[in-house]
Amino acid sequence: MPGKVFVGQSVQRLEDPDLLRGRGQFLDDLALPGMLEAAFVRSPFAHASFGRIDTAAAAAMPGVVAVLTAADLPAEMREKRILLQVPHPAITYPVTQMPLASHEVCFVGEAVAMVIADSRHRAEDAAEQVIVDWRPLPAVAHCLEALKPSAAPVHSAMKDNLAGRFTLAFGEVDAAFAAAPHVFSARYDTHRGTGHPMECRGVAAVYDVVGAGLRVWTSTQTPHNTQRGLVDMFDMAEDKVRVITPDVGGGFGPKNQVYPEEMMVPLAAKLLGRPVKWVEDRREHFLTTTQERDQVWEVSVAVDENGRILGLKGHLVHDAGAYLPWGIIMPYISASTLPGPYRVPSYRLEVSVAFTNMVATTPMRGAGRPQAVFVMERLVDLIARELALDPAAVRNRNFIAAADMPYSMGLTYRDGAPVIYDSGDYPEAQRRALAGAGYDDFKARQAAALAEGRYIGIGIGNYVEGTGLGPFEGATVRILSNGRVAIYTGATPAGQAHRTILAQICADQLGIDVAAVDVVLGDTGVMPRGAGTFASRITVNAGSSVQIAAGQVREKILALAAAKFGVAESDLELADGLVRITGAQGDSISFAELAKMTSGMPGYVLPQGVVPDLEASGYFTPAQATYSNGSHVAVVEVDPETGMVTIDDYVVVHDCGNVINPKLVDGQVQGGVVHGIGNALLERMVYDADANPLTTTFADYLMPTAEWAPKCRIIHMESPTPLNPLGVKGAGEGGTIPVPAAIVAAVENALAPFAVRLDSCPVTPQMIVEKVQAARQQESTP
Amino acid sequence: MSDAEMSDAEMTREIAFTVNGQPAALAVEERFSLADMLRHRLGLTGTHLGCEHGVCGACTVMVDGHAVRACLMLAVQVDGAAVTTVEGLADDDGRLSRLQQAFSDHHGLQCGFCTPGILMTLTEFLADHPAPAEDQLREALSGNICRCTGYQGIVDAVMDVLASPPPAGGAR
Repeated sequence: MPGKVFVGQSVQRLEDPDLLRGRGQFLDDLALPGMLEAAFVRSPFAHASFGRIDTAAAAAMPGVVAVLTAADLPAEMREKRILLQVPHPAITYPVTQMPLASHEVCFVGEAVAMVIADSRHRAEDAAEQVIVDWRPLPAVAHCLEALKPSAAPVHSAMKDNLAGRFTLAFGEVDAAFAAAPHVFSARYDTHRGTGHPMECRGVAAVYDVVGAGLRVWTSTQTPHNTQRGLVDMFDMAEDKVRVITPDVGGGFGPKNQVYPEEMMVPLAAKLLGRPVKWVEDRREHFLTTTQERDQVWEVSVAVDENGRILGLKGHLVHDAGAYLPWGIIMPYISASTLPGPYRVPSYRLEVSVAFTNMVATTPMRGAGRPQAVFVMERLVDLIARELALDPAAVRNRNFIAAADMPYSMGLTYRDGAPVIYDSGDYPEAQRRALAGAGYDDFKARQAAALAEGRYIGIGIGNYVEGTGLGPFEGATVRILSNGRVAIYTGATPAGQAHRTILAQICADQLGIDVAAVDVVLGDTGVMPRGAGTFASRITVNAGSSVQIAAGQVREKILALAAAKFGVAESDLELADGLVRITGAQGDSISFAELAKMTSGMPGYVLPQGVVPDLEASGYFTPAQATYSNGSHVAVVEVDPETGMVTIDDYVVVHDCGNVINPKLVDGQVQGGVVHGIGNALLERMVYDADANPLTTTFADYLMPTAEWAPKCRIIHMESPTPLNPLGVKGAGEGGTIPVPAAIVAAVENALAPFAVRLDSCPVTPQMIVEKVQAARQQESTP
Repeated sequence: MSDAEMSDAEMTREIAFTVNGQPAALAVEERFSLADMLRHRLGLTGTHLGCEHGVCGACTVMVDGHAVRACLMLAVQVDGAAVTTVEGLADDDGRLSRLQQAFSDHHGLQCGFCTPGILMTLTEFLADHPAPAEDQLREALSGNICRCTGYQGIVDAVMDVLASPPPAGGAR
């Protein structure tokens, strides 16, 4: 049987040496001979139609090779929109962007012209000289405004701004509410900004005249989706479009889209017969890279006298932005996440998805779950406050028990399979988190602090997260004639260390060192089918594929060696790149020799039934998502005078099934929590009433820095899933998901002496000061 | 860039300086940032651009021993100066500096895009602060944004370097 030498260990990352020496190869590091560079002319209006675009002055500028507008697109691309990635029957108006807008722009930053020059500087000089005849139109700047009957249309061709409407429901919710002793209602406003990987987007492309094919490099999480988008847009054969991802400097969701620039750069390369590159700058990223932004929830919960939930219902309005590149999947995830780890007997959530004149919203780390978890945890805290119960106790009364696994919630998940929680112990996760944070004596510590004039508070955030989404990811494992082992996979990392994780899994199957494994990934040319890096799915899907493929290679090695030596397979063992007969002085043959023999060595006849080459391919196709879970407890101190929040302690209980590499999982959790702190306290993408973005630098839009980051105390639980051969669940997003819930609860708890209620996030210092002042005024008014 | 007519914005100036100990001399456009010159004229692509408005710190390099934002400094300003980039931190034979090695040991990087700038910031910081407290370190680090790590691996890496004695005659 394969050993377990590397899986489960904090193996050093294979990615590090190059990255630490400045030898990474990111998109902008690509320098192709004769390469041209592009800049885009973008709309200064959130909504406008336009007439003529005068490109003459720009085209005459030094170094300019071409200026393209929608009118210059080849006939087959004109008025064509980018492929909608996730269709859904509830979408009313499935509109995506065109490569260049042809007559109307619907958010600030939408591109109308492309300038290609011999340098980026010159392309930008010329872009300033392009004259567009703008005709501004009324713009919609908030999702609630969008759905009012009087609202201006976001797209002038639309009757209204409803992008989709659906209801998720189970149980007898009306009966539950009618009979319930208590019903509590609230409105919650949640906001997330954007993912902000430190590397912005970028695309480079070459058109090969001889092979009539496109080669496209793009900083994406999903080269296969980009390929699908290009194949559709250019109406080319799949094998003529190769999409390659270089090193990707962070993704976090927004790089999981197919963008207009990914169509235009290849088109320019094809039209001009020269390599073309475009690299997004941060201002463009703020304007044009997808965000998450606003959700408004009006929800009610029905409970019994003891705080047990009887029913949950409400309405969610979701801001889609101007286009639907990912359909309406994000609010769907929100709606199916809301009940979370709690036993909710009846549920009905109506969801309205609204177009607005802002850049599209798509899944970002957590993908609609942080909002749902915020709402659910705030509701549970509301139950506790109204019934004068302890918030942890209310949660304990409502948890799904470990003995109830597998637990069917009663909903359908986004993968079309029922929501069935596969494993996990939610009460135990919370118990460990509370113990870690010293919950039992916190009230005493809080009272002591208050006596000193310090306001400290504690908050809980529990979540369940569907991870490891299908439909599949694939891997080929091949032993090369030099004895090294190559893994080819559709996985596309952006910092998660997929190379290391996949090498660990493969090394254990083949009895070799991780250093003997090379992982080739993120290239449609080496793995023609793939889905991409999102939904915390790569270790589950690509990892399981590697496990399957490497296991098949192992069987092949054993079969070949058994035939060669004339022994039973059970008399053979794999070690250090050799297969040998067990026992002292046994004959052996190296993997390298076997690889040479099976790859067409003259004179060697393959045993009957063995196909050439020492390789195997596996595609893991999960039946359903596997559900990770966790419990976070935050302890904060709040200065009511300045609104400053300090995070004193942060405890994470994290259960992602079997852990392949503990150090990497800790890193995902720690990084995820700090991203969540941004969502809880700092990050807000502000637009004015005309939908002009106001926060378009890192001086206006605040990202968490080292001073904001607590050292998370991470406690692992491992509830293996039966749904894949590794027993693993996703780990990339769980760190972020419950953070706004836990921190905002802690801030509210700290401000309990002022009876402040916090029903939105992020919670900014200004908001805290205003609430405290309002509470003080109310107190002083008789 | 082609030899076609140049605009007024493209005035160039001859400059000479050293980069990672090697002399360099070239005519560079006055409007070029130091980062653009390092990346696109000298092929030193380890210096990364994250925001180009001086906040994220990804482009940090050292000029005459001081950490600077290569996106905010013009290339012509390094005339006569000694520039060190991330490519200059490891030995010629590829052996990582102690700080680089500690980053790998403590998972101080994930995607690696912000890492060169952080290494340069911390290289200067450690030269100036032989025994910093953790909050001093976090303050020094607060001019560099990392979206992946949550900073803890970076802090742990620096604390590890500080806790272990430097090798004889060796730098950090």
